[in-house]
Amino acid sequence: MTALSRNDVEKVALLARLQLTDAELDTMTAQLGQILGYVDLLAEVDTTDVEPMAHAVELCNVFATDQVMPSLPRERALANAPRDNGRGYLVPAVLGD
Amino acid sequence: MPETSTHPYTTVIGLEVHVQLATRSKLFCGCSTQFGAEPNTQTCPVCIGMPGTLPVLNRSAFALALKTAIALNCHIPEFTKWDRKQYYYPDLPKGYQISQYDLPMSVDGFLEISDPLEPYAPLRIGIIRAHLEEDAGKSIHDEVAGRADSEIDLNRTGTPLLEIVSEPDLRSPAASRIFLQELKLLLTYLGVSDCNMQEGSLRVDANVNLHLEANGQRVATPIVEIKNMNSFRAVQRALEYEASRQYRVWQETGQQLGQASKQTRGWDEAAGLTRPQRSKEESSDYRYLPDPDLVPITTSPAQVEQIRQSLGELPSALRARLVREGNLSDYDANVLINQGQELVDYYQAVAAKCNDPKTAANWVTQEVLRELKEREMTIAQIPIPAECLADLIHAIQQGQLPGTRAREVFTLMLNDQITAAEAIGKLGIEQVDESDLVALCQELIDANPKIVADVQGGKQQAIGALIGQAKKKNPNVDPGRVRSICLELAMKS
Amino acid sequence: MSLVEYSAHELKQLLVSGEITSIELTQALLDQIGTYDDHLGAFLHIDAERALARAADIDHRRQAGKPLGPLAGLPVAVKDVLCDQDGPTTCASRMLQSFRPPYDATVVARLKAADAVLIGRTNMDEFAMGGSTENSAFQVTRNPWDPGRIPGGSSGGAATCVAARMAPLSIGTDTGGSIRQPAGLCGVVGMKPTYGRVSRYGLIAFASSLDQVGPLARTTRDAALLLETIAGHDPHDATSLEVPVPAYSHSLEQPLAGLRLGIVREHFAAGLDPSIEEAIRQAVEVYQSLGATIQEISLPHSKYAVATYYVIAPSEASSNLARYDGVHYGHRTDESQLQAELNARRQQLQAAGDERGLDQLDNGLVRMYRLSRAEGFGPEVKRRIMLGTYALSAGYYDAYYLKALKVRRLIRQDFDAAFGQVDLIASPVTPSVAYRLGEMVDDPLAMYLVDLYTVSANLAGLPSISLPCGFTREWLPIGLQLQAPPLEELRLLRGAHMYEQATDWHKRQPALVRQRHTGV
Repeated sequence: MTALSRNDVEKVALLARLQLTDAELDTMTAQLGQILGYVDLLAEVDTTDVEPMAHAVELCNVFATDQVMPSLPRERALANAPRDNGRGYLVPAVLGD
Repeated sequence: MPETSTHPYTTVIGLEVHVQLATRSKLFCGCSTQFGAEPNTQTCPVCIGMPGTLPVLNRSAFALALKTAIALNCHIPEFTKWDRKQYYYPDLPKGYQISQYDLPMSVDGFLEISDPLEPYAPLRIGIIRAHLEEDAGKSIHDEVAGRADSEIDLNRTGTPLLEIVSEPDLRSPAASRIFLQELKLLLTYLGVSDCNMQEGSLRVDANVNLHLEANGQRVATPIVEIKNMNSFRAVQRALEYEASRQYRVWQETGQQLGQASKQTRGWDEAAGLTRPQRSKEESSDYRYLPDPDLVPITTSPAQVEQIRQSLGELPSALRARLVREGNLSDYDANVLINQGQELVDYYQAVAAKCNDPKTAANWVTQEVLRELKEREMTIAQIPIPAECLADLIHAIQQGQLPGTRAREVFTLMLNDQITAAEAIGKLGIEQVDESDLVALCQELIDANPKIVADVQGGKQQAIGALIGQAKKKNPNVDPGRVRSICLELAMKS
Repeated sequence: MSLVEYSAHELKQLLVSGEITSIELTQALLDQIGTYDDHLGAFLHIDAERALARAADIDHRRQAGKPLGPLAGLPVAVKDVLCDQDGPTTCASRMLQSFRPPYDATVVARLKAADAVLIGRTNMDEFAMGGSTENSAFQVTRNPWDPGRIPGGSSGGAATCVAARMAPLSIGTDTGGSIRQPAGLCGVVGMKPTYGRVSRYGLIAFASSLDQVGPLARTTRDAALLLETIAGHDPHDATSLEVPVPAYSHSLEQPLAGLRLGIVREHFAAGLDPSIEEAIRQAVEVYQSLGATIQEISLPHSKYAVATYYVIAPSEASSNLARYDGVHYGHRTDESQLQAELNARRQQLQAAGDERGLDQLDNGLVRMYRLSRAEGFGPEVKRRIMLGTYALSAGYYDAYYLKALKVRRLIRQDFDAAFGQVDLIASPVTPSVAYRLGEMVDDPLAMYLVDLYTVSANLAGLPSISLPCGFTREWLPIGLQLQAPPLEELRLLRGAHMYEQATDWHKRQPALVRQRHTGV
């Protein structure tokens, strides 16, 4: 697989919503490159006709009954909010929507 | 397929419809889905996406989605799974939406609509897929206190949505509207959604571009996605506007599909135009991932068949049959079907018993629906069984009940919960013998020479006074009969 | 003998017979914590008052002859990753420093219902990511056998408090070895149950398809007692198994007749500490002497397990940790400072006429996300989020994530085949003993490679246990790992108990140091 560039890492940092300092970007580029280099080991495994395994135990068809359960009182729901107005969570203006 | 001759292009439209399924609780938790609650009063740790919480799939939501997909003639794969669609937005508390990506619960269906250009030629509009997903919350822009904040309400977060994606098979704004009407009819008929657009239970996005001829070659304009259309009429208007806008842009720039990235535009209802919308950053990289917290669902062909059988007759087939068998108008048939299966069943029972589908339809679509509305009742609650209404109609047909008093009888049946015969008896309505009627009329003619003279002088309306007198003497007389007999006698005398 | 030295099983008998009260026991443990934990750093939060009140309540109910739960009066420590509405749940992260969950994790609820006394919340690697507990945002935890060394992780506090007699029972979580590895390095018993055996509801997710809650204790019997209390189906967890839970602690005594014990050819390769290899081989001989037949088996894909794990776990983690965006709970950056900085930057760019720079400048919301997350998460968590985000991003999904899911199946199939030949698989827990604090912090890959013996059980969903099987010459504990087929916890516990009965490694105690340790 192609080597990871600092620019790639910057793009991933935006996707992951992380603000990295220049120093962190350097370290991250080196470390991720090293880890991905190791992970490339997987390429040698023949996985033709192997089904992916997304769950450790392969259950199916688990449902809950359609039944209304009590919701949280609003003050409890908002208790952990970093900023709220007693009715809702507040964030800097959402643009373009 | 006929193309609209008035335009030098073909409009190619695909619709993406989000339908809120009529469950009591949310898709993955027990919070209520009731519309209109105070902000953030219908949330719990699960739908707030609190650390440690896990989703569990609502059985009814899946059942409703499955029923709809089958009614849309979709193929139901035996295996379907849940994926996380990842993006950051304040109304999406987990940082991902639980949806379905590469293995949706249904694919490859169609919905038949009537062609607006050729009303009796059914048009088959392909359905690419229909999948189940959770809704996001709501951001409300709040300018108070001088700072630009958005307030987030998570009541709607986690509400079950069925996303139905059509093939780009629609060729006009009008056809798009008919498609939506037909889809809504199907969904309400199945009882899977209330399809209330004002409350957001049905939301439509449209993808549209133009196909046209240029220098002997077929070319396509760049695809535009239109959002923010709040009624079917708005969808039609937005598409009409957008088609002409795209044609104008094409004439100016000659830009073709592939030469510009897909644009998203919002419909401005008041201004009657579409405007470009700011697209969300890196929206193309959703980093889908199978949701490890939810397990796959399997549906056997036998289960699908069983559901298909249980669907019964779907609205389009039912409409055709009601029109054919009952000689109803398309309009009357639609009025019945729009009210749902139970009213149709009621109508059919009345029609069968009285053997007069047309009259039965008139009664059900007019008197019955009006009373239901006034009394805020459903058809299941009406105290007049279908056979009793049929008896009422039968009594009119047999002349046992003058048409003018039928409504009176109907109201009494409803109020006192009694049969037609009982109501007729209670109102003292009885058939008046023809000879008695003639005798009564003769008596009136003899007693009113002035009226007779007026009638003979050409003032036929003067006879009206006699009808009033006749009704006073015997309330059961048929005013129509009184009128014709009196006229006849007056002319003879 | 001091109260703190008894096993949970013994303490339960003393409580039931009325020889001791829960208050006495709880106070004795709080004293032990007060004496040693400043130094060892196993606990993040202790609510002594609440614990004592709870103990008093249980004592009263016992005196009144009221029915009591199976853990009545027994103190249990809980890793700070399971939600408890009675106090903070931080995941050892600044992100959740002030988070108060409005609900109880199912495991916490079951412990409360069993009348356990929840004595405190144990330290861990931030969001359970790491194998040394050095990634805690709040404090270092030390290995009771050598305070200059790591206790292992991520359940480092959970293992330390048991080894240092500060709690007879403790709850950990294991995503790639996070119970078994610290148990091995601290010389206690630690078990990862079958995936789905214990509810994950309320367990703050690291990698959802790998995470499992399990017990740490000083004996197999105690671990069995704790497991049978927390295990069982939970309708709030769709991945939880609807299979009855055997009374593990009552069926332990029966040895496994005709036990076929597998040892894995690939496990004894270069990189394995010779003293560990020696201890494992001796442990295998003990089994032989107890009548077991030993069979060498192969797990051909085991060499890919770490690579597979370090794709799947970070991928799921990047998704699970997306919710920490400072909007609904958790840390949010200083917004006025953020706006001021953004405005200054915008003016700078405008003055320079840098259109591209302006275009790329984050809006306030995006910047709020990025700063809140950058400030809230530590370096290891960021590393894994970055790794996972990359592995799932457009163009790399098939090569990394999808590939890893396929290799995962091959790893599982290796085990399925192996368990056709043997009943249990024995192996080391770690290739080396506890390393010194700070030794590996700059070499994440080297740290990941230490997980080679433990991650397979998580990938395959198998139950696995770590138990003390010896010491190095420097008196550092060595762990023996046993693995069983899915849902064969009882076989695993019986196999472990057999060994425990024939040896006394689990009875050794570290010589605890009282004074505050200075420097690393």
